[in-house]
Amino acid sequence: MPNKQRVEVRVNGTRYVREVEPRLTLADFLRHELNLGGTHVGCEHGICGACTVLVDERSARACLTLAVQADGCGITTVEGLRDPSSGALHPIQQAFVDGHGLQCGFCTPGFMMTTLELLRCTPDPSEEQIKEALGGNLCRCTGYQSILDSVKLAAQRMKPSTPA
Amino acid sequence: MKPAPFDYHAPATIDEAVALLARLDGEGRDAKILAGGQSLMPMLALRVARPEILVDLRRLGTLDYIRDEAGTLAIGAMTSKQAAADSALVRRAQPLFQAATELVGHRQIRNRGSVGGSFAHADPASEYPAVALVLDTGFEAAGPDGSRTIAAADFFITYMTTALEPTEILTAVRFAPFPAGRRWAIEEFARRNGDLALAGVTVTFDVDAGLCRNVRIAAFGVQATALRLTAAEALLEGRPAQAAQFDAASKEAAAALDDPMSCIHASSAYRRHLVGVLTARALGQAAARPH
Repeated sequence: MPNKQRVEVRVNGTRYVREVEPRLTLADFLRHELNLGGTHVGCEHGICGACTVLVDERSARACLTLAVQADGCGITTVEGLRDPSSGALHPIQQAFVDGHGLQCGFCTPGFMMTTLELLRCTPDPSEEQIKEALGGNLCRCTGYQSILDSVKLAAQRMKPSTPA
Repeated sequence: MKPAPFDYHAPATIDEAVALLARLDGEGRDAKILAGGQSLMPMLALRVARPEILVDLRRLGTLDYIRDEAGTLAIGAMTSKQAAADSALVRRAQPLFQAATELVGHRQIRNRGSVGGSFAHADPASEYPAVALVLDTGFEAAGPDGSRTIAAADFFITYMTTALEPTEILTAVRFAPFPAGRRWAIEEFARRNGDLALAGVTVTFDVDAGLCRNVRIAAFGVQATALRLTAAEALLEGRPAQAAQFDAASKEAAAALDDPMSCIHASSAYRRHLVGVLTARALGQAAARPH
């Protein structure tokens, strides 16, 4: 039996400690150990991007990260987007609703977490920059155009207001 | 799609890691080094790789650096690819390596994937080994007998196999100074943005009085390991930096290839064709680049 490892992480601001098998991926750790089902698991080998989360503020594929590798890290998942006090949707979430950026919704958490990092690093992205950033996430419903539109809408709404 | 069970160690120092690898090797155990995991994890998930033990280097923070060592760019093996891509120092000192890094996967992959990992993994379709061949990259490895430096020409042996011993850890890569004005380009063809390339070509050369000098051309994705296209290099050396010469060199690059590999996505003949087209593009782009 492989040696179990202690993993301590802070997910969306809450601290968790678990003993896990080393082979457990971060995606399965979030879903099965912490019951955070918002991180979706698609291809499980790093192609589809559905499991994208932020590890120490940087996007990562949770299926290509072992839970043990995340020990000591801060994780943000899609459950961490909503405003914790008011419950209001994050501007990215609201933009995906308003821009019809999803149909079945399976890939959406990954797209939104990728968008979160993009807009933090590049608050006013060009269409090319958005396409490049979203290149690692697959969607089988929307044809992508409405996702692009949603990201543009989110960028527009999140832009710090400039003095007139 | 779940990895098979393995034991796990995360040594705190390089010495500890090397000692652990030596002990495991002595016991005949099948241990594998885990760096960023962006190549190894899919292999574990698909169970193409089933090591008994993973030795995770994540605690070796001393291997995360980018620095100028008297004109030589040194990058610690555990530095993330995104950090290398974003580094002003890398962009200034080694523009080809910076451009090659941006071609690797997607940001999610580059955030976690390490610079050292791709070299040690030596995927034949990876940009890094080909770039190392044209840039004279040196590989520093730590092992039970101390550390040694391996030249790029001796480092890549064959498909996913390097000169690293099972008891050695790649600790740093070093790039010889890139002369001002040297022309460079990297061109690849992949089925989707961010995929591993079906074929790719990288070139560097100087232009002296209108003539090409120090021509280096390397291809990736076409054989078991990246390779220098020496026949095309020789054809261009000392010749005018002009389209007709680039055309002749790219035809030679394709013609001289020894049996390119074949897969369901690209036949051997198609890969040969790609190498010709990509060599012509790369040479033209390098010559046209403002410098």
